[in-house]
Amino acid sequence: MEHRSSIEINTEWDIVAARQLGRNEAKSTGFGTVDQARITTAISELARNIYLYAGKGRIEIQPIQVGQKTGLLIIASDEGPGISDLQKVMQDGYTTSGGLGAGMPGVKRLMDDFNVETEVGVGTTITATKWLH
Amino acid sequence: MKMRIPILKLKDTLIVSIQVELDDQTALQFQEDLLNELHKTSARGVVIDLTPIDFIDSFIAKVLGDVIHMTSLMGAKVVITGIQPSVAITLIELGIRLDNVTTALDLENGLEKLTRELEA
Repeated sequence: MEHRSSIEINTEWDIVAARQLGRNEAKSTGFGTVDQARITTAISELARNIYLYAGKGRIEIQPIQVGQKTGLLIIASDEGPGISDLQKVMQDGYTTSGGLGAGMPGVKRLMDDFNVETEVGVGTTITATKWLH
Repeated sequence: MKMRIPILKLKDTLIVSIQVELDDQTALQFQEDLLNELHKTSARGVVIDLTPIDFIDSFIAKVLGDVIHMTSLMGAKVVITGIQPSVAITLIELGIRLDNVTTALDLENGLEKLTRELEA
């Protein structure tokens, strides 16, 4: 259970690779088709944000077990510019890329747990978990 | 790695069945190909079938939304068909609304709807 898959995000193609990996992991963790789509979409958005705003970074996907609960943990990390106004970024409809990404509120809705750690000039790490119900 | 989405012509309608997971470049290439084909054939309607597609992220949704508006700028009408439950759910949760888009359950219904709308 303790394996972790990881993909470096450097190009557009890595976004495709990350979501394909996410879909496979979601399937093998036992998620149904709708949750597979949620997880795949969330990874696609997170990977795109890395590509658009940080240039490069990494997506890690890890099955986790907490007590009786099984889930899939996604970690999106980069050493990009960081987010200066997190509150604004978490508002629906806020964008600095001309609407290329649906943004973080969408990803938060798709997943069960969602956490952002960011520091301007240092980078951003987003962790998101989907639990198997 | 770039793929092309085949565009078929049936009478005055273009039919597109998207069967592969779309990456950004393929989606943008499709946008251009469809508009060129529309221009070349003077088709009045387009049906885009998404039945095999199991997820749409915000980028693909934006390209699709754009292609629908571009097509209507050129005077043709688009019907989107075959949106799976998982796609509908994730699009709405993601906060994406494809407003003013004609949709139908499947290709057959889509073609009927298009014919009716073009006759109206």
